[in-house]
Amino acid sequence: MDYDFSADIQKLWPMLVGIGLFAAVVVALLLVLDVLPRWGRDRWQLIGFFGPALILLTIGLIVPAVRTTFLSFMDADSNEFVGLDNYAWIFQHQETLHMLRNTLLWVVFVPSLSTAVGLLYAVLVDRASLEGLAKSLIFMPMAISLVGASIIWKFVYAYRSEEQTQIGLLNQVRLWLGMEPRQFLLDPPVNTLYLVVIMIWIQAGFAMVVLSAAIKAIPSDITEAARLDGVNPWQMFWKVTLPTIRPAVVVVTMTITIATLKVFDIVRTGTGGQFDTNVLAYEMYSQAFRSFDDGKGSALAVFLFALVVPIVIYQIRTLRQRTEIR
Amino acid sequence: MAVLSRTCRAAALAGVAALAFTVAACGSDNDSGGSAATDSPECAPYAQYKVDKKATVTVYATIRDIEADKLRSSWAQFEKCTNIKIDYEGTGEFEAQIKVRVDGGNAPDLAVFPQPGLMNTFIKSNKVKPAPQQVKDLVSKNWSADWAKYTTVDGTLYGAPLGSNVKSFVWYSPGLFKEKGYQIPKTWTELVALSDKMVADKIKPWCAGIESGEATGWPATDWIEDIMLRDQGPDVYDQWVNHTIPFNDPKVLSAVDRAGSILKNAGYVNGGIGDVKSISTTSFQEGGLPVKDKKCGMHRQASFYANQWPKGTNIGENGDVFAFYFPPIDASKGKPVLVAGEFIAAFADRPEVVNVQAYLASAEWATSRAKLNDWVSANKNVDPSSFAGVIDKLSVQILQDPSTVARFDGSDLMPGAVGAGSFWKGMTDWINGKDTKSTLDFIESSWPK
Repeated sequence: MDYDFSADIQKLWPMLVGIGLFAAVVVALLLVLDVLPRWGRDRWQLIGFFGPALILLTIGLIVPAVRTTFLSFMDADSNEFVGLDNYAWIFQHQETLHMLRNTLLWVVFVPSLSTAVGLLYAVLVDRASLEGLAKSLIFMPMAISLVGASIIWKFVYAYRSEEQTQIGLLNQVRLWLGMEPRQFLLDPPVNTLYLVVIMIWIQAGFAMVVLSAAIKAIPSDITEAARLDGVNPWQMFWKVTLPTIRPAVVVVTMTITIATLKVFDIVRTGTGGQFDTNVLAYEMYSQAFRSFDDGKGSALAVFLFALVVPIVIYQIRTLRQRTEIR
Repeated sequence: MAVLSRTCRAAALAGVAALAFTVAACGSDNDSGGSAATDSPECAPYAQYKVDKKATVTVYATIRDIEADKLRSSWAQFEKCTNIKIDYEGTGEFEAQIKVRVDGGNAPDLAVFPQPGLMNTFIKSNKVKPAPQQVKDLVSKNWSADWAKYTTVDGTLYGAPLGSNVKSFVWYSPGLFKEKGYQIPKTWTELVALSDKMVADKIKPWCAGIESGEATGWPATDWIEDIMLRDQGPDVYDQWVNHTIPFNDPKVLSAVDRAGSILKNAGYVNGGIGDVKSISTTSFQEGGLPVKDKKCGMHRQASFYANQWPKGTNIGENGDVFAFYFPPIDASKGKPVLVAGEFIAAFADRPEVVNVQAYLASAEWATSRAKLNDWVSANKNVDPSSFAGVIDKLSVQILQDPSTVARFDGSDLMPGAVGAGSFWKGMTDWINGKDTKSTLDFIESSWPK
């Protein structure tokens, strides 16, 4: 495959134009607000700054959300009202129940393991020599898109029978150990766990960076006092470090949980939802855009939204408590 | 906000103005080409399609890469002579994106649908323009009634076929057949006997691969359709596709089990690749490659598999690989053939759009495309000798043979929820070990009511 840079360079234009237009609008807005008469300026500034955000949120978020909710009570072509049928469908079939089970596996394993790995790593490399290098190593997967990461891991898991040349890392390792090659992404439910690994690989870096910053922010008088009291490293971690950075741990876990509930790219690239690896967000897409069933697609979207809302509320509440304490 | 000084404000204003110019510059049309060229003698055949003012027609399709390049060169002369620029866009996301574009009021002028079933959903929602008179005339002149039927709804024709392909082919290695003295099977019984002979010779007779990203499973649906057509005949096939018999009917069960006697037979598959389950993780592109290395006896796949062989592979009766017609079960009942193809739907009826539509339905365009290799058309008025590839020639022969009983790929005619959803998924699960009955029950339950 030849890559012709000159043929693709023109694709940069729309982006540059877009950024330019955005900058122009902001600058124009600032200029206009600046030359306004003093009288009623506060109100105009309020409208000027808050208005665009409000309009964009209404068009881009509130209207679609309301419309999706309406559609979820309609049939596939959005012609007839079907009540709760679309929601009942989610819980009535073996296929959809497996999809819910897989989503649960994701939500249980990804946030907990990513946070645990990130935290452990942050504690271990804290104040070690070459800390920067060690941290950038685990942070680097964050820079890879989910699709890119899934393709990389697909190669890691790739299967070839014994008589063929292996192209998958894990199966080559198995061969060296005298085991037979294995179809990692084929047998449920463990194949979901192999996909979960990809997400952890990406999210652990995020957890590590945030938690490491939190650890560094622990006031040294606390650690000093603990040390004078003669704690061992184990006690130090459980009695001092963890309780102090607890809010950060909560925020990290919740953020990863929301990202995990919405997981789509990895499943789509990894298995295409085949072999019983389907999840909520992927089924939502495939109902709405493959089967053209807007009713079921919308019902799944609303259901997903309902699952995310409590987490968001909890997160906002913890955040508010923290500011109150301060 | 008085923090911005006068000079700063002037600079910002200049910036805004500069951006405005940039935008204007981007919008300018720098297409060149005078009208003098359109009057030259080589443009004479295109005079009927010519428009006076420069116009652009957008075409949206699934065809990409080399095949898209060949499409572009096939109409290059047309563009030069008619003032019409064909703005072609090929995508791997056609099925999902076409709905987004049409619903969003951003429909292409012409869309090339590989699935008449999908096209019909747009026809039924009154989004597709009925075929203009020129196109209607060309379709009845150039194609058999069968092909017109797929895009005819309530007696109105909506679009002409573009390309076609023959799916009932079995790829093999002529070298291996010569070496071992195998004969091309003419009936199903001979095919099974040949498979057993290969097993005795320690060659896995069949290989397959159905992995195809989101569309994983489709090659297996082709297997089922091809065997359905042979096991039950064309009438039951039509009933099955139109859902006048349920998907889990005993007749369907019998055909799927017959397919299973090859695809799920551990002694028969998966030559050069692995066990039965390796079929579902092997990509469609790689599924037949072991044939070339003589590690697998036969690979059932459409004419377009010719594009998948590595560079330098000699395709031909005495070459590295070739294909024979997937034999019938009862030869006395004619030659059942599974076919597929693309159809052009118009979402606009501007004169230049109609002209492009008419040109693409003409035998002239089909000949121009046929000469560029690896392409088949069911257009009757294309001279078979124009088709460059050997497999293409063979396909055209089969399509034009009067004893041929052709049926269109069933999954492309079924509603999207089945034909591009549960049928694919069901077959993948079936290969992975799910039994035939519960597989068919699952697909039946997903048929839209």
